[in-house]
Amino acid sequence: MENKELQHEEELKPTFAVHPKKFLLWLFIVTIVMMFAAMTSAYLVRSTDGDWLKFDLPNTFLVSTAVIILSSITLQGAYWAAQNNNRQMLIAGMGITVVLGVVFLVLQYEGLFIDLFKQGVFLGGEYSNPAGSFVYVLALLHGFHLVTGLIYLLIVFYSSVKGKVGSSDLLQIEMCTTYWHFLDLLWIYLFVFLQLNN
Amino acid sequence: MSAVNTSHSSADAHAHDEHDHHDLPWIRQYVFSEDHKYIAKQYLVSGIIWAIIGGLLSVLFRIQLGFPDADLTWLKPLLGEWIQNGKLDPEFYLALVTMHGTIMVFFVLTAGLSGTFSNFLIPLQIGARDMASGFLNMISYWLFFLSSVVMMISLFIKTGPASGGWVIYPPLSALPQAVNGSGLGMTLWLVAMVFFVASTLMGGLNYVTTVINLRTKGMTFTRLPLTIWAFFITAIIGILSFPVLVSAVLLLIFDRGFGTSFFLSEIYIGGEALHHEGGSPVLFQHLFWFLGHPEVYIVVIPALGITSEIVATNSRKPIFGYKAMIFSIVAIAFLSFIVWAHHMFVTGMNPFLGSIFMFLTLIIAVPSAVKGFNYIATLWKGNIIFTPAMLFSIGLVSFFLSGGLTGIVLGNSAADIQLHDTYFVVAHFHIVMGSASFFGMLAGVYHWFPKMFGRMMDEKLGYIHFWLTFIGVYLIFFPMHYIGIAGFPRRYYSWTGFDAFNTFTDLNEFISIAAIIVFAAQFIFIFNFFYSMFRGRVSTLNPWKSNTLEWTTPINPGHGNWPGAIPHVYRWPYDYSKPGAADDFIPQTVPFSATPESNFPHEKDEH
Ligand code: HEM
Ligand SMILES: [Cu+2]
Repeated sequence: MENKELQHEEELKPTFAVHPKKFLLWLFIVTIVMMFAAMTSAYLVRSTDGDWLKFDLPNTFLVSTAVIILSSITLQGAYWAAQNNNRQMLIAGMGITVVLGVVFLVLQYEGLFIDLFKQGVFLGGEYSNPAGSFVYVLALLHGFHLVTGLIYLLIVFYSSVKGKVGSSDLLQIEMCTTYWHFLDLLWIYLFVFLQLNN
Repeated sequence: MSAVNTSHSSADAHAHDEHDHHDLPWIRQYVFSEDHKYIAKQYLVSGIIWAIIGGLLSVLFRIQLGFPDADLTWLKPLLGEWIQNGKLDPEFYLALVTMHGTIMVFFVLTAGLSGTFSNFLIPLQIGARDMASGFLNMISYWLFFLSSVVMMISLFIKTGPASGGWVIYPPLSALPQAVNGSGLGMTLWLVAMVFFVASTLMGGLNYVTTVINLRTKGMTFTRLPLTIWAFFITAIIGILSFPVLVSAVLLLIFDRGFGTSFFLSEIYIGGEALHHEGGSPVLFQHLFWFLGHPEVYIVVIPALGITSEIVATNSRKPIFGYKAMIFSIVAIAFLSFIVWAHHMFVTGMNPFLGSIFMFLTLIIAVPSAVKGFNYIATLWKGNIIFTPAMLFSIGLVSFFLSGGLTGIVLGNSAADIQLHDTYFVVAHFHIVMGSASFFGMLAGVYHWFPKMFGRMMDEKLGYIHFWLTFIGVYLIFFPMHYIGIAGFPRRYYSWTGFDAFNTFTDLNEFISIAAIIVFAAQFIFIFNFFYSMFRGRVSTLNPWKSNTLEWTTPINPGHGNWPGAIPHVYRWPYDYSKPGAADDFIPQTVPFSATPESNFPHEKDEH
């Protein structure tokens, strides 16, 4: 029996396989997409109901959008550096990305809690309107995910410094890059969405 | 460490683990275990504990409904302040129904069912050493545990647990002033559910990844047992729908804690206007039911998968319409995302929109009927072996059919105006979801107990358990249709004040007595379960003469499941009573070249 099975081993088609960890990450991204899809659908449904405050998004968000796009570029640079085993470029790229990520968060904070406040758009309370509350909730929820992305970046940064990231060890940085690009795209989507529907 | 390394099949990696698992510290073997079989047992035992609690709560409110005039002082030791002057506190009644629903739908029939059987069977039946990520799997269980603890705490706080119904509609759930349970109890409910969803998602990601990536050689998608198909599709539904619940819960949390008005508008409490303006409570219902309806299929599809496997094995016949079974699960899953508004026909929805949702809803009856038909066709002229597992599976088929029929009635938007929020709905979903899914779970436990614990459960106790429960379920829920058609509303603490419903006193009493008997009968199972774990007859390798891979492992499989190489797969799992074959079953590991006498012309090993 045992022998017979072994004999047949070569004849059987191998089953489809992606790296399980990457696959897990992609599925995780799907769950985040669903969450934001629900939120933005709720936004659309609610906005057609009338009593909807109109206001302009603060310019700070334009800057933060530029910053996060830039961070994706620097991270991609770090990834390419890892492919070429260019350690200095790798560490520099990772470092800059982390800094840009933090700058993005600071800008988001400013946009929400300083600029929007000045415009009289609040998260909650007597003078709030769902139109404004949605902007807060969407940006905060995105910000929360961005923090998880930052933690991930720091882990990969640490590995890079330790010399554990290189052309033969790309999995970690590749997954991190995928996740960060996704968070970048997600913000661009939210930004354009809010811009168009406000 | 190299890139080459990462492309190694993780099977190899686990093969190494196997040698050193004995060195694992106690806590990682018995508490924070990453072995899918152990995690499955943790889920099962947690599920059983929750089921007892959930059942007990339902007995309490059935006592209230069946015997509204009775003196309940004797319950004071258990319920304390919730009994006032020998009467159940009306607000606590609402809390009881809410927690009963929450516990049963989420903690028992989602976590307890999928958590147990997806974890246990996916690696064993597809030929994998473990889940794609054992670590994530372990975290998933402990998040569930954390969620359980928070939910449990909410049962004991002074203001009582959440009491706005398991669907937690705002504004009731959003305003602490509305009802005691909307205070701290509701907050704990929301926190618990966030952990719960995180746990479910981690589990689901793992199940999908494992099924796609870690199948053994030869295990193509068309050779997967229907159990695996069911778990796989269930996990996908969960991945797509649970995040939407998170969104709804988040917005609700903001409404409760941060003064936003997503779901609240123009509310007066005690003559005073609240500041909330511009929200829409119906929006919450849309978000909730976008999860809620798929959720009911998350609950029932694993049970249907388990039943497919058990019915084929114990009819000693190939499952009828294997591909049709797969297709109907996929169709049900797809449709389940576009029918949610049938729960909202009476929210003032545009009647034209209502008729679209009615049309989509009624289409679900088609794939559902295909499944029912296929079960019956599989049983037809089989050499049926009535094991307890088989009886529970047949019971499931019965419930799925009779409960599905009332679904078709409810799906008509005009009929639903009368039936919505009556006991007719309660009867519908307790039969089609509650009972069917419970029976699937019980069938699974009876069937795979030998693989879980290396021992057999007692059959005689199994038969008694089955007949009491099966007949009891119909005695409880069948009369509810009748009360419901008469307009008897659900979630009412007391109906004695309404002349129209006084005539149902006897019927309500009857239902309550049946419910108490069925609840008591479950302790036969619980005794059997724990007794057999230690004292049951020792199992043989393949006690049900089944074809699937799990029965090729040792009686008590260790970490890594197979001591040697993982077996390869050469055929589908349903070669029972094949004409010409010596035995009435041919396991998936037997190549066609070994069975020339029974091969069909097209059946050759692939070259
Ligand atoms: C032929 C298939 C089915 C149809 C047409 C159908 C239709 C419906 C409709 C229209 C309602 C809303 C009634 C109302 O609130 O007024 C309903 C409620 C419900 N159905 Fe079904 N159903 C079907 C199968 C199922 C299945 C298979 C399950 C679960 C496994 C299920 C679980 C539920 C639950 C849990 C509720 C009530 C939720 C609540 O309000 O608390 N149904 N069904
Ligand atoms: Cu539904």
